[in-house]
Parts: sequence; C-alpha cells; structure tokens
Amino acid sequence: MWDYSDKVREHFYHPRNAGPLADANAVGDVGSIKCGDALRLMLKVDPQNELIVDAHFQTFGCGSAIASSSALTEIVKGKTLDEALQVSNQEIADYLDGLPPEKMHCSVMGREALHAAVANFRGEVWSDDHAEGAMVCKCFAVDAVLIEKVIRDNKLSTVEQVTNYTKAGGGCSSCHEGVEEILAKVAQERCTAPVVAVPMPAAAIPAGRPRLTNFQRMRRIEEVVESIRPMLQRDHGDIEIVEVDGRNVYVNLKGACQGCMMEQATLSGIQAQLVEALGEFVQLLPAGLLGRPVLAS
Amino acid sequence: MDPIYLDNNATTACGPEVVAAMLPFFTEQFGNPSSMHSFGNKVGLAIKEARQRVQTLLGAEHDSEIVFTSCGTESDSTAILSALKAQPERNQIITTVVEHPAILTLCDYLEKDGVVVHRLGVDKKGRLDLDEYKALLSPRTAIVSAMWANNETGTLFPVEAMAEMAHGVGAMFHSDAVQAVGKVAIDLKKTQIDMLSLSGHKLHAPKGVGVLYVRRNTRFRPLLRGGHQERGRRAGTENSASIVGLGVAAQLAIEHLAFENSEVRRLRDRLEAGILPQVPCSFVTGDPGNRLPNTANIAFEYVEGEAILLLLNKQEIAASSGSACTSGSLEPSHVMRAMGIPYTAAHGTIRFSLSRYNNEAQIDRVIEAVPPIIAQLRQLSPYWGERGPIAGSDDGFAPAYA
Repeated sequence: MWDYSDKVREHFYHPRNAGPLADANAVGDVGSIKCGDALRLMLKVDPQNELIVDAHFQTFGCGSAIASSSALTEIVKGKTLDEALQVSNQEIADYLDGLPPEKMHCSVMGREALHAAVANFRGEVWSDDHAEGAMVCKCFAVDAVLIEKVIRDNKLSTVEQVTNYTKAGGGCSSCHEGVEEILAKVAQERCTAPVVAVPMPAAAIPAGRPRLTNFQRMRRIEEVVESIRPMLQRDHGDIEIVEVDGRNVYVNLKGACQGCMMEQATLSGIQAQLVEALGEFVQLLPAGLLGRPVLAS
Repeated sequence: MDPIYLDNNATTACGPEVVAAMLPFFTEQFGNPSSMHSFGNKVGLAIKEARQRVQTLLGAEHDSEIVFTSCGTESDSTAILSALKAQPERNQIITTVVEHPAILTLCDYLEKDGVVVHRLGVDKKGRLDLDEYKALLSPRTAIVSAMWANNETGTLFPVEAMAEMAHGVGAMFHSDAVQAVGKVAIDLKKTQIDMLSLSGHKLHAPKGVGVLYVRRNTRFRPLLRGGHQERGRRAGTENSASIVGLGVAAQLAIEHLAFENSEVRRLRDRLEAGILPQVPCSFVTGDPGNRLPNTANIAFEYVEGEAILLLLNKQEIAASSGSACTSGSLEPSHVMRAMGIPYTAAHGTIRFSLSRYNNEAQIDRVIEAVPPIIAQLRQLSPYWGERGPIAGSDDGFAPAYA
C-alpha cells in the first residue's frame, strides 16, 4: 500500500471543489488514459482582472490524482492567471505534505490542466510536451524516458554519468541493471562501428595466393585499423594496436569503447575487415590476453 | 465491525491448525534434518510426512517427485532454467501473455540471452487458441509453461491437453499452478505434466515455502547447488517449520476441496449477482463458465481501481485491482490488456478472491458497500454525466492525452 500522507487521505476522502462548474469560462482537459488518469479543471475567471473566482475539478484517477486535483483548486482560487501559472508540481505535492515518487505524475497532471485551462481562456492553443516512462529510479523518481533522453543528448556511457546528470541510481543502487539496459539500448543504436556478426572462416580463403611480407602484413593491419578509428572516435572511443603475433592481433579499446556493451561486436567487425584485407584468418584480441606487460605507447 | 478479507489470490491467512503444527519447530524441534542425532531425526520424519501430504494433494505418483523450495517464483525459475540447461539442443519456450511476472519477466530476461520465446495470446474471455499453440510447437521447443488458473480472473487453461501436445514434439511441460492447487482437483499421475509449481501462502500455509513437482525421469538441473537436501535437487537447509505447515495446509486443502467448489463458489456467485444489477456499466472479466470457484473479477467502467480500493479499505474491506496506480506501473494489468478490455474499464477492475474463511454475512456487507462507492467516484469522474457515461459522445470528455 502507498505511504500516503494524512493530508492526501483527507483530500481524497473529502475532495474540495469536486464536480462540474456551471459557469466556468476556462476549462482544461488533460490526462493519460493508459496510465489511468484524466482530469478536467474548470475555472471561473473574472475577465476584468483575470482573477480566479472559483475552481472545480473532475478526475478519473487514483487516490493521489483526486487529492492533487482537490489541492490544485484550493491553491489557485483567489490567484490571478499569471500567478496561478507559477504554481509548480512541487508546490502541489508540498501542499499535500508530499506524494510517493511513483505518484508525482499526479501533480504534474494538475499543473498541465491549469496550463490548458489558461490557454482555453485566452484563446490559445496548448500542446502537451510531457512524455512519461516507466519509473526506473524510485529513490529520486526518475523515469526511463528522461534517462534515455539524457543519455542520448549527452552521449553518456556509464551508470555513474547517468547518476551525475539525473540523480538516477544515486540512492539504493537497485536500479543500476535497469539503467545499464537503457545505456546498452542507446549504445547499440548510436554505435557506428562496423558490425559483422560472422567472421570469415579460415577454410574459405583460397590457398596459393602470394604471401605478404611481415612488413607489408603489419602495415596493412595498421591501415585497416586506422581506417576504422574515426568511426570509433565519433562515439568517443578509440583503438590502438599493441602487438601482432602470428594470427593474433592484440589491441586496446579506449574511451567509450572500453567496457562498452558493443565491445564484442566492434572487435568482430574489425576482425572481419582484417581477414578480408589480409586474405588470411587472424583474430583480434584484447591486449589483456597478451599475458605479458607492454610499454605504454 | 470485523475486517473482511477478499484478497486470497494475493495471499491467505495461515490456518490456525497450520500455525499450531509449526510452533514446536521453532522451539524444541529445532534440529537439522540432516543430522544423525534424534534432534534431527524427528524433524526429518516430520518433513517426510509433509512431503507425503503434498504428494496426495497433487496426486503425484511418488513422494520423491515433491521438491520443497522457498516460493512459487523459485519453483518457476528452477523449472524453466532446468529445461533449458538439460536440453541444450532446444532453445525455445512457449508460454502465454497472461502468465504471472514470475514467468514473464524471466522469459524477457532469457530472450536477451538468445532464447526464443513465444507468447500465446488470449481472446476476450482470456482463452487460448490451441491451434495457434500447436503451430508453435517444434523440435526446438525446450519447455511449455502455462498457468493452471489465472491469478486475476481465475480463468482455467487446458493444461492437461497442452501437456500431451508438448510431449508430441518431445518438449517438457510446466504449469504454474499456485492459484489452482487446493481449489480444483489435481491428479498429476494421470497427466503428462512434467513440472508444476505451487506456493504455500496461497493455500493457508505460511509465506516462504513452495514446491516444485518434478515427474520421475524428467531431466533436471538444480538451480541451487550445495548440500544433498531434496536429493540434491534443491540445496539449502530445509525450512522445516514452514514445510510442516505446508503439509498440514495440504491435508486441510484435500479435506476442503469439495467445500471450495460448493460453498465458496456459492458465495462468489452471490457476490456477483448482488453487485452487477446494482451497478450500471460493470461486468465480469475472464471466462465466467470456466474459472476458479473463489475468484470474481469485476470491471467498473469510468472509475479507477485504486480509488475504489481506498474507499473499500475505509470500510475494512480488502480486495485488489488491475489498475496501473496500484502497482506503480504506467499501464493497467497485462491480463486485462491481453483480453482487450478498454482502458476506461481495465483501470476499474476489482478482484474479489474468497476463501473458506469467508461467510455470507461478509459477502452481503460487500454487496451493500460497493454500489455507493462506485456512484461516489463516478460523480467525480469527467467520463460520467448525470445520466451515465459521456465518453465517446460528441460533447464527451476527450482530454489531450500525454
């Protein structure tokens, strides 16, 4: 059961200003039937001074949606329209001594209804720009839509960064798996590194072709990797060759590529291009598998 | 006024006989059943008796087919992961869209690792299409998992026939029967069901104990490995008090099966017959002709479920809802959506689930309480006018949707 404050309960059991308002001249209808909330806010506004003389509501929704609507009508009565537009979601929540994080969207709906009603009175067109996703971080009430947008806009690649930008994941940390899933999804969409799932099997390479000298072979490996670097750099990543030992090419992934969920796909994509360019099977391995320390480049 | 508990599909009260039987296992009978001394031996014998009682309740052929677990969810996870592990050549799961999250969330997760998951849809009454099911079965199917009874509507699935069809392609069949056990007759030895989950707290045993039935000769890979408990199929020291409680609860369930299907069913039918004619725009969801005897799921259109529950709770009546708000999710119940129930009705679904501890006076009090609550909330609803629903009409309520 939700941890509703006494004030929320009180406004739910005894809502103020509920029901239609016959001579309303500013009406705002908003809601999301999918998530189970819809609200009609009706205001009686004095055209002389834009003072809200009376306010009523009708709400299809849960306990806190009804309580938030009730609180909103109490808050805006006696205010001018401009003053009322300054009312924030937090103010509505504070009026009710707080709302559970999952229920903050109920107060958002109240504020949107208010903006819609003011637009209706002034003959303006109001459009809703509010999208809402599943709650990911319950400690700080951050939803999936916001997290995804922030990751996209700021090219984030770690949970820590997401926490710094949105607070999500900064509390109990149990949502980190969910945040990582969103990071992986965006990374996958964003990744421009060549992705070839199946590396060419060694048997498919025709035998008897003139062989490259060791020097030519290394140069060609370098050329292929150099040609791919700009794509990785665009995603704030990079790659460097550490060692070529027989058919094993050891590399270091750097920047955003490091620990990226797409690491394996990136490696196999580059490997396929190397196999193509060299005409022989090579495998691309992380430098960590080299098994011996190397000098920093 | 005494509180009225009609949320028995969520959890049930522990039977007084169950509690009494458990108490000694918190005090003098504290031994580890694996121990050689008599402290352990007595507990071991008590667990053996409990196992036999669960065996009888399920109609299992052998008592060694009963594996005690910590809950229904653990049983579900164990069954599905075991089937995948034991049959590496098969990588597909068939399940239904209306399963409990214990199945669906696990399947979503396995899908990310490359397991192919088919989810059978349901019709308006929550019924499966067996032709669609047949078409999905293949030599790549590792396991089919279908619930015996739906937790929200009580609708029963033809699991016995589905198990036979699964065996036709060599696939295993598992049923999450946590809602069905104790409410419908189950005789597993006469079926081809390979694995079945039950949960203690749904049948008046305590929380924290469950069972996975594993038919003899079913290839099995344990989830928890360690000690030799449960013949090595579920390591971890036995939750002896709860297992003993579950044994007593199983015994009581056998004794009350007829009562569930006569008296409890009569009370459920009385509840529906009392409420529906009094409340316009309300209807029973699911398949009324083929469901658990204790479950009534009623949709009240144009009002929201959490608000109904809060007002019921004020009168000390406990039920549950499929609305989005009660779970903190953004969408109403996946079961209601799968059946194509419109959002305005899905948010207002209330599940009343009875038990043998309810009586007629309680039901009559609920019949009296519900209609005024719905009327009160409809007065607040922008979808409801003086003469009834106004949604859909030209002057109706059409909000700017987010």
